[in-house]
Amino acid sequence: MTDWSTKYEMVVGLEVHVQLKTRSKAFCGCSTDFGAPPNVNTCPVCLALPGALPAVNAEAVRLAVRAAIALEFTINHTSVFARKNYFYPDLPKGYQISQFDQPVAVHGTLHARIPGEAKLRDIAITRLHMEEDAGKSIHDRYPHMTAIDLNRAGVPLIEIVSEPDMRSPAEAGAYLRTLKQLLEYAEISDVSMEEGSLRVDANVSARLHGAAKLGTKTEVKNVNSFSAVEKSLQAEFDRQCALLESGDSVEQMTMIWDATTGTVRPARSKEESHDYRYFPEPDLPPLILDEDYVTRVRKGIPELPQQLRERFTSEFGLSDAELDAVTDDPQTAMYFEGVAHAHGDAKHAAKWVMGEVAAALNESGTKIRGFAVRAHQLAELLDMIRDGKLSHTAAKAVFATMLASGKSAPVVVAELGVTQVGDDAQLEAWIQEAFADLPDETARFRAGEKKLTGVLVGAVMKKSKGRADPKKVNALLGKYSK
Amino acid sequence: MAVTETDVRKIADLARLSIADSELPAMAAQMNSILANMDALTQIDTSTVTPSVTATPGGAPLRPDAVAPIPMNSTAQLLAPESRDGFILVPRLGTHEDV
Amino acid sequence: MENIIDNVSEAVDRATDPKVGSGGLNIIIATNREASLSAAEQVSVAYGGGDTMALAGVPIVVKDNIATFDMPTTCGSRILAAYTSPYEATAITRLRAAGAVVVAKSNMDEFAMGSSTETSAYGMTRNPLDPERSPGGSSGGSAAAVAAGITRVALGTETGGSVRQPAAFCGVVGVKPTYGRVSRFGLVAFGSSLDQIGVFARTVREAAAVTYAMAGADQYDSTSADVPVPVAPAEIEAHRGKTLNGVTIGIPSEYFPESLDAPMRARCDAAIEALRGLGAKIVDVSLPHTSLAVPVYYVIAPAEASSNLARFDGVRYGPRAADSIDLREMYENTRTRGFGDEVKRRILIGTYVLSHGYYDAYYRKAQAVRALISRDFDKVFASGVDALFTPTTPTPAFKLGAVTDPYEMYMSDIFTATANLAGVPAISIPIGRVEGLPVGGQFITSHFDEPRMFQVAAALEATLGDEAHS
Repeated sequence: MTDWSTKYEMVVGLEVHVQLKTRSKAFCGCSTDFGAPPNVNTCPVCLALPGALPAVNAEAVRLAVRAAIALEFTINHTSVFARKNYFYPDLPKGYQISQFDQPVAVHGTLHARIPGEAKLRDIAITRLHMEEDAGKSIHDRYPHMTAIDLNRAGVPLIEIVSEPDMRSPAEAGAYLRTLKQLLEYAEISDVSMEEGSLRVDANVSARLHGAAKLGTKTEVKNVNSFSAVEKSLQAEFDRQCALLESGDSVEQMTMIWDATTGTVRPARSKEESHDYRYFPEPDLPPLILDEDYVTRVRKGIPELPQQLRERFTSEFGLSDAELDAVTDDPQTAMYFEGVAHAHGDAKHAAKWVMGEVAAALNESGTKIRGFAVRAHQLAELLDMIRDGKLSHTAAKAVFATMLASGKSAPVVVAELGVTQVGDDAQLEAWIQEAFADLPDETARFRAGEKKLTGVLVGAVMKKSKGRADPKKVNALLGKYSK
Repeated sequence: MAVTETDVRKIADLARLSIADSELPAMAAQMNSILANMDALTQIDTSTVTPSVTATPGGAPLRPDAVAPIPMNSTAQLLAPESRDGFILVPRLGTHEDV
Repeated sequence: MENIIDNVSEAVDRATDPKVGSGGLNIIIATNREASLSAAEQVSVAYGGGDTMALAGVPIVVKDNIATFDMPTTCGSRILAAYTSPYEATAITRLRAAGAVVVAKSNMDEFAMGSSTETSAYGMTRNPLDPERSPGGSSGGSAAAVAAGITRVALGTETGGSVRQPAAFCGVVGVKPTYGRVSRFGLVAFGSSLDQIGVFARTVREAAAVTYAMAGADQYDSTSADVPVPVAPAEIEAHRGKTLNGVTIGIPSEYFPESLDAPMRARCDAAIEALRGLGAKIVDVSLPHTSLAVPVYYVIAPAEASSNLARFDGVRYGPRAADSIDLREMYENTRTRGFGDEVKRRILIGTYVLSHGYYDAYYRKAQAVRALISRDFDKVFASGVDALFTPTTPTPAFKLGAVTDPYEMYMSDIFTATANLAGVPAISIPIGRVEGLPVGGQFITSHFDEPRMFQVAAALEATLGDEAHS
């Protein structure tokens, strides 16, 4: 594949739809529960029965404003709901209640963390507006028919539209990961691409490096993960560059990402022209949010990733790599902090959270929430290591048992009989046994061949079934060598 | 701003109404005659006013986030002209082929 | 409380009389005797048990675009043929709580789009006072129901005069409350920023009682206003036949054009003299943007309607064109067959004025001019005028089929659309007849000043007495 990036520059803007974590829908009292039987969570409003009217969910507004604050937006004290008119069977009213020329917030910034770069990349965000989700159309369930489920119709969304500020798939990925992390910390959304609570449409264009004017953009859809976004952007960029290189022009259209082939293809062209005929929603007065309201929402925002990193740096002195790992998501951060506080040695806590804990989660494919070894239990284990009661090797075995049984570290240690032995007399006895087993090495060691210390410590550890304190064994051996 | 037959066709398309070709000229003429009366508006100086969104004073009231659906004495499935397994059924979009 | 049940039963008898059915005046679309009698029984028990009810046992006819249990809600359209709402309008819930009993659904222009009740898919309604003439519209069925004596009160709905104009044509009282006074929840939307449920009655006092029983903020309608509702129409009773000393009534010149029929003008002049006789101070005022009301109205109402009527797509309820090969065709067949000509015309106009490239010239401009119309009223009321008096319509009831040009029909809203655009309350009461046909006089007051509106209307009603109907 040709690398076009030396000649052409990729320009990316992202539109992200995020489902807000509310109990009820945006404009009616129906449940937002995921997974109910089809069309059960519906009422006159979200079925668009004749005569039904919308009523704004306070929590949806609060979460939208919270997102806007977290993304450093200017909040519009008056914003206006608007109708976006189009026909689709999963859009009951024939229009979507959205916001158009007066959205809830404008001019935000995301400080994207790009892997391997110390400096954050500021990406400008054009707008954040509130709207409602559509229902689901299922085309492959029945022959010749489309099945409609309106349980999702009316679930509150925010749409976050970035400026075309990104220049590579990696930057786009960094924007999305940072955004997801922020929204998760701020408790705005479940932000799961798999479950559809976070959806991404990417606009991409190519232009010669140094060109002032943007190229014709296309929109890439059907991307179900952040890495798919990155791959699809690269594929579409390559396609556009090849076109431009051969003297053709890029046509503005929607491209569909095919994850199985790793390629993009044009969406089947829609027969009708789009004209959404936006106009102010006459059923809803403007959304008026005074400064007091914004202040109250601001006060309720949980600690955000950047603040947390700063605090962990000053409190615990963690490195960037350690911060990346333990602040990846709020549950991990909370877990780490629990371990660090209970145990006292934050570096040690970070090492374990990044190591054994991450490995265990990775293996089981689960999340830290509900992890079998609670933070205080892990701290107890780490205490035992620090206090010389457990070797590192033994600790790993203890941890594995704790994970499987849910028992505490002292209980598991007692059951396994792996308490570290630091008693000089016992250690001395094992040393003598080791000497007896390895007469040759012992002789050379006694003659001053210091590099054999490791071999002898290993032998002692074996004799003790891993219970001997290796540091003390090391010290005790010292007196036998010249 | 005369409405052409092409305009009428486009608008009817947006509104999901079908108008027979033979009816297009009459409809265009009718719309033009109605819209001609609206042209009086263009002469009015409206630089001093900001239209309000709704006639109701104040902002939108905010509803508490509680699961409290408006009761119905029927269900989505019963109301629908065609349904199966709880789903509402519609003929498939022309752009979606059968599986 | 036997007489509550008897009263309701007799009202149902009158509503089911073939003379008012589809072979006759065609006032009534649906009745449900069993449901009405059962409701009457419940009221009877509650009332007998000592519940205080403003409208205990009052039979009421409801326009067919207001959602009710037990009877269909068709909006006079084929697209809602046989549709019965699974929930009720807030206004109906409140009237039931006050003791009223729904006895029938009345005919109307399809989706309230019309001024003559000729566009109904279920046939035109005839004026009980002269069956060759229109009862007005779009709430012609409800106006005719009160005029024909089926019930003493009925609900209509207004977007541009659809209660007051038929009230004037049928010689009854018609009220359009302030926008936001009565919840629109359950009123099938036409022009959402203009729509309001209104009342027909034999007397101002009854109209006030029904208006207040429905009024007040509603959690299901974000445009309903949280403004205290006057407790009872007792104050109107107190004013009946009393003076209007200290009350200033404005006469807007724009509502009395040179072209106004001389006999209409004479009736209005007589009413103005009567008001003066009651002690009211009469002043000439101007509402300079009045002539723009009809063009503004016929941009905004169709625009909103084009969006409001998108939900009638054959997907979730109502009849569906089953013979369609794909979704696109199903939409078009369902809607093209389901809507009548006037509705289609307005959907097209509304779609056009909202479409790309025309929005600013039509919709945005119309909203701005609407603000000027509103400001005209604000200025007049701020200058010390308590109420305005105007003719309700430029002419008495026209003959069925006489008005064929759409815009000429739209012009019959010329004196009424202003109040909808500004959101102010207005009432039409009978002020006499011209060649045997009723003439309506209109009072308009400022936002939420229904008490003043009912007071002046009741005073004039009392003074005119039988003269109002002769």
